[in-house]
Amino acid sequence: MATENILGTGELWRNGPAPGSLYQFPGNQSSQTSSQIGPAKRTMAPTVTGTSVLGLKFDGGVIIAADMLGSYGSLARYRNLSRILKINDSTVIGCGGDYADFQYLKSTINQRVIDEECWDDGFQYTPKSLFSWMTRFMYNRRSNFDPLWNTTVVSGIEDGQPFLGYVDKIGVAYEAPTVASGYGSYIALPLLRDAYAKNPNMTMAEAEQQIERCMKVLFYRDARSLNKFEVAVVTKDGAMIRSNIEAKANWEIAHLIKGYE
Amino acid sequence: MARAYIANRVTDKLTKVTDKIYCCRSGSAADTQAIADIVTYHLNFHKMEHGEEPPVKVAANVFRDLCYNYRDSLSAGIIVGGWDKQEGGQVFTVPLGGMLTRMPFATGGSGSTYIYGYVDSNFKENMSKEECLKFVSNGLALAMSRDGSSGGVIRMACINGDGVERFVMTGDQIPKFYEAY
Amino acid sequence: MTSVKIPYDLSAAQFSPDGRVFQVEYALKAVENSGTAVGVRGRDGVVFGVEKLVTSKLYEAGANKRIFNVDQHIGVAVAGLLADARQVVETAREECSNYRYNYGCPIPLKHMTDRVSLYVHAHTLTSSVRPFGVSAIVGSYGEDGPQMYMIDPSGVSWGYHGCATGKAKQAAKTEIEKLKMRDMPIRDLVKEVAKIIYIVHDEVKDKNFELELSWVGEVTGGKHERVPENVFTEAEKYAKVNMVFILF
Repeated sequence: MATENILGTGELWRNGPAPGSLYQFPGNQSSQTSSQIGPAKRTMAPTVTGTSVLGLKFDGGVIIAADMLGSYGSLARYRNLSRILKINDSTVIGCGGDYADFQYLKSTINQRVIDEECWDDGFQYTPKSLFSWMTRFMYNRRSNFDPLWNTTVVSGIEDGQPFLGYVDKIGVAYEAPTVASGYGSYIALPLLRDAYAKNPNMTMAEAEQQIERCMKVLFYRDARSLNKFEVAVVTKDGAMIRSNIEAKANWEIAHLIKGYE
Repeated sequence: MARAYIANRVTDKLTKVTDKIYCCRSGSAADTQAIADIVTYHLNFHKMEHGEEPPVKVAANVFRDLCYNYRDSLSAGIIVGGWDKQEGGQVFTVPLGGMLTRMPFATGGSGSTYIYGYVDSNFKENMSKEECLKFVSNGLALAMSRDGSSGGVIRMACINGDGVERFVMTGDQIPKFYEAY
Repeated sequence: MTSVKIPYDLSAAQFSPDGRVFQVEYALKAVENSGTAVGVRGRDGVVFGVEKLVTSKLYEAGANKRIFNVDQHIGVAVAGLLADARQVVETAREECSNYRYNYGCPIPLKHMTDRVSLYVHAHTLTSSVRPFGVSAIVGSYGEDGPQMYMIDPSGVSWGYHGCATGKAKQAAKTEIEKLKMRDMPIRDLVKEVAKIIYIVHDEVKDKNFELELSWVGEVTGGKHERVPENVFTEAEKYAKVNMVFILF
């Protein structure tokens, strides 16, 4: 990025004197202003956020899903945000957490894709190479005490094999046949793992069914979720994203409940 | 001290950044004025280099750039609205964290939370200019009546290919709703 | 004191008495030594064709390409010194990247051309640098339809419907003028461009060459890219067949 220096701060240096002036030493408080005291301020809380992202491998491909809600605290403020980004025909990522940071990540990746195309050598990002870059990028940001407040699911097809990976805001990363972030890791992941253990070679339709079921359960139990989501499926035939999907919710049990005992 | 004191009861929070692009400022007046000034500078420069009016999305992106890069030191929620020859009338919103999204309509500021019910039930796509003015002034009046930190006058601007028309509603002109509870 | 004759062509910082900057003219000569590059702007896009001269059979095929991607929607075809061209192209890429970063949308070609021209022109002003021995044809497709400009070593640029630079630019321009490119889709133009390159190639003097073809337009979804293999083969076939007609 053109305006950033090696510290990634856009400033010359932190807590130091202005160019041309002297360092302040303890005991000399005369010209120290209050803004120079204390730690540097960084993003300590996300603002507009997205909730879980789910991912599941199947026979010959991978599927990921995320709902379309941008929460502002508990306010369901934006109900039509896409949290899935197609990189190319073999790579798709999904992102939870701070949406502004996701947009920044998106523009950074998009520019890197363009730079890659400029080389014109027939290479492009693969799920593994993007995943590898993501881990370094996220870890680097957290090491500068300025993390990007996101959990990212990287998915795709490489050498005919499905790929599924997870990277969080401090750079913790792993690959797995089933992944989920946020609330999804508590609620959906056990369901996905169970389904995968019972049937490790799911068909695409079976995988889609599992994902849809998990999105529905998350809609029931995650208060920051929305019953309107996107699903991306990557197979050898390319990456396809479907938007505005609604799971058929069932509220029948409400009729069985009367009173509270 | 004095969190409830109103420094200016007739502030103009509709701020021009180009002939056909305005922004609505909420949050810190100092921050948003500084941002609007910087954006105005950038857009003037853009206009000089290109020899034509900047598109609304460019304006919105410059706002986003500032609000995102300085998110930890700014308190600014901005709505960018305007008209350009490529895409006609547009509304973008840049809320607190510095994200950017285009919307059919946008609300912001402390009063907005009180009127989500109103806007969600009354918004229709492709409203006429008169319908839009009614929609906006009713929304603002409702927000002003429930939010202690909103109030004063209603200012509106209608922007289209012909230019900008500005409206001010004061006192009796402000719509009234049920107030007996 | 005896006067020593100072040549006027050693520095780009000096005019000759009749108002010329020889270094810039020499740079143009460098361009004229290079293989021909052609750009044609059609109804729904821009097509580039380059005659890449291959001076030895020992070279690997496909090396040192002369058509570049600069941004998703912008391509450049160059004639002249290739190493100089790469520097100009890198500058163009930076302009595109900065514009995207600052304004969140693709750079308009006119704007990029102006900025790159400024950079090229800056190298015609001082004695410490040499002008670029490059003519660059830039083309894009976007909201305002197809656009094409050519930047010269002097730092001026013009908008074109069709242009050529390099060795056989005159012959190529004559051929381009026969086209009704304004009404033609680039699917047809790509064949004509290939034909022009084959026609203007000097078999006797230059022997071997590689044809480069790229396009940006509606058919590519606004992306600049090399034409797909089947289109290339078809265009090359068309070029070879129709070139023979002209020769006899």
